[in-house]
Amino acid sequence: MSELWLHPALILVLGALALPWVPERARKVWLLAVPLLAFWRVTQLEPGIHGELGFLNWTLVFGRVDALSQIFGYIMGLVCVIATLYGLHVKEPGQHSAAWFYAAGSLGVIYAGDFLTLFVFWELMAFASVFLIWYRRGTRAVAAGYRYLLVHVAGGLSLLAGIILHHGATGSLRFETFQWGQGGAAGWLILAGFLLNAAVPPLHAWLPDAYAEGTFNGSVFLSALTTKTAVYALCRGFAGWEILVPLGVVMALYGVVYAVLENDCRRLLAYHIISQVGYMVAGVGMGTAMAINGACAHAFAHILYKGLLFMGCGAVLHMTGESRFTELGGLYKKMPWTFLFTLIGGLSISAFPLFSGFVSKSMIVAAGFEGHRLWAAYLLMLASVGTFLHTGLKVPYFIWFGKNRCRTETWERAADPPWNMNVAMAVASFLCIFIGCYTPYLYKMLPHQEVVGEYHPYTAYHVSETLLVLLFTAVGFFLLLKKLEPTPTISLDLDWFYRKAGRLFLRWAEGPVQRLDAWVGTLYQNIGLSGLMRTARLMGQFDQRVIDGAVDGLAAAVAAAGARVRKAQRGHLQESLALAFAAAAVLLLVFLWFW
Amino acid sequence: MKLVQLIEWLRARMRLVVKVCLVVLALLVILDALPAVVDKSHAHTEVEKWPGFWAVFGLVGCAFLIVASKAFGKLGIMREEDYYDE
Repeated sequence: MSELWLHPALILVLGALALPWVPERARKVWLLAVPLLAFWRVTQLEPGIHGELGFLNWTLVFGRVDALSQIFGYIMGLVCVIATLYGLHVKEPGQHSAAWFYAAGSLGVIYAGDFLTLFVFWELMAFASVFLIWYRRGTRAVAAGYRYLLVHVAGGLSLLAGIILHHGATGSLRFETFQWGQGGAAGWLILAGFLLNAAVPPLHAWLPDAYAEGTFNGSVFLSALTTKTAVYALCRGFAGWEILVPLGVVMALYGVVYAVLENDCRRLLAYHIISQVGYMVAGVGMGTAMAINGACAHAFAHILYKGLLFMGCGAVLHMTGESRFTELGGLYKKMPWTFLFTLIGGLSISAFPLFSGFVSKSMIVAAGFEGHRLWAAYLLMLASVGTFLHTGLKVPYFIWFGKNRCRTETWERAADPPWNMNVAMAVASFLCIFIGCYTPYLYKMLPHQEVVGEYHPYTAYHVSETLLVLLFTAVGFFLLLKKLEPTPTISLDLDWFYRKAGRLFLRWAEGPVQRLDAWVGTLYQNIGLSGLMRTARLMGQFDQRVIDGAVDGLAAAVAAAGARVRKAQRGHLQESLALAFAAAAVLLLVFLWFW
Repeated sequence: MKLVQLIEWLRARMRLVVKVCLVVLALLVILDALPAVVDKSHAHTEVEKWPGFWAVFGLVGCAFLIVASKAFGKLGIMREEDYYDE
């Protein structure tokens, strides 16, 4: 190690490991102190390369600190504080530990300077985050968690294969930008791994499947970390890859279409993550300084407002036990503050003037117009219409207004949530408005400072354009309100192929395949058997006279050799196993003794 | 709670609220069309300079998204809630 360098992720990991042993009384202090300390550490990092570690033939780089990693590290550290505060009253230490390991994985990826370090933290994220789904308990959550894990393991394998090929081709593990079209198979495999985590169709179905099943506080972490860490990785590795522009635009619209159909408010928000990340992916694909700035700014703003929206809908779920529009409605009397905070999140994601989305999203759209990608820019504007339609209008309207569809017990239970959840939502709301009103706070962190001065969000034209688009969307919403009434349905997505197709194949196999099997069996008995018997007799004679002699000799030789090998091998294996177990036992004892 | 009272005060005057909103919308469209107020010289395409272009874009876009998505959902995408349960 070149120097002693305290990685912010290490603070979270140590805090998470110690959490179960922290006495109950001091736990809330610990829960606030650890993420605050990690966030403070992030803000204190000096630009440069830190934490280099020799490992086998490679140099692992744990701390590449520059403007790009700093803006992402900053927001991940910040959201970890807010989301932990939101779940402060949750009694299970395991849930907090899982969330911190997950955030540590994200910080680890962001500051990683080489692919091996990146990969290890990448996998840590997947394996830690799945617990935020499993802690919801119940068969649905457990099944969704397994699917989530399987998909991410597949993505991780693609990433690993790409890393190995990349190392084979270049002899280097350094994580630098691939030139468009020049990464070869390695580049494409690594890109596929990143795109899966960014939930780019057709690799996206895991996201709405899993995020809607997470715990009420776990989904806040989920909504912030995985996809935006992938956006960071794309910014770093694949800026200017043309193919990302159409993919991003498709994403932005795909999420919007499914959001129209969705009945579960948290799944609707999950589809809007896909939509919003689409803007960032398109920005990365454009690759100009302003577009990359836009992608980073939008990721920063997005983490806050999407976290806020998940907190609002999570509060509804936590307090009422329901997240479906068909079981909610009219709640403004019971949960007015939750409504206000969620509305602020909705106005921010819709990019209303004075809210955070306005100063970030428009940078990407403007970069599109300036790069003369008119179709992309107009389609992204259409996606903005959809964003306000659902997140700004549909979510607040059908939960807090509209027809009251609550069952009696849902209505009885409903109330504004505990103080810590309210404070967390208030902090996030404040930041959403602060970013929208005071642009230098966010703009000073952007990676390409040289072009920041060229972009001004608050021009008369931009404000007027945005207000007209959004307010006339609202007119359309109220005119077509009947069409948007929620229905108790789910929508099939590409996860159908691994959730249903396998089962359908089995059922199909039970019917026709079995019948075919029986038919072939009968045919064989009636026609094949007599002929076969005759052939068999001839074969038998040949077998007895010619082959047996040869095989017997060979078999004896193989058996003798096998016995020798078995003896040798077994001795070694048992020895090494015994050694391994002994070592583990000693470690365990030492651990228990000193803890 | 004050927030609830405010919401109920507004709901009790729904007709007035809607009228005020419509007046604001009309004002915004008019202001947008005045070059002295909104300078469109930096607009990237010609269509953006048409008066009320973005208002029509918002309204038509919203209607299009709703109708198109619902039509897509009716193709067999929307299923009953226990579709995956067995």
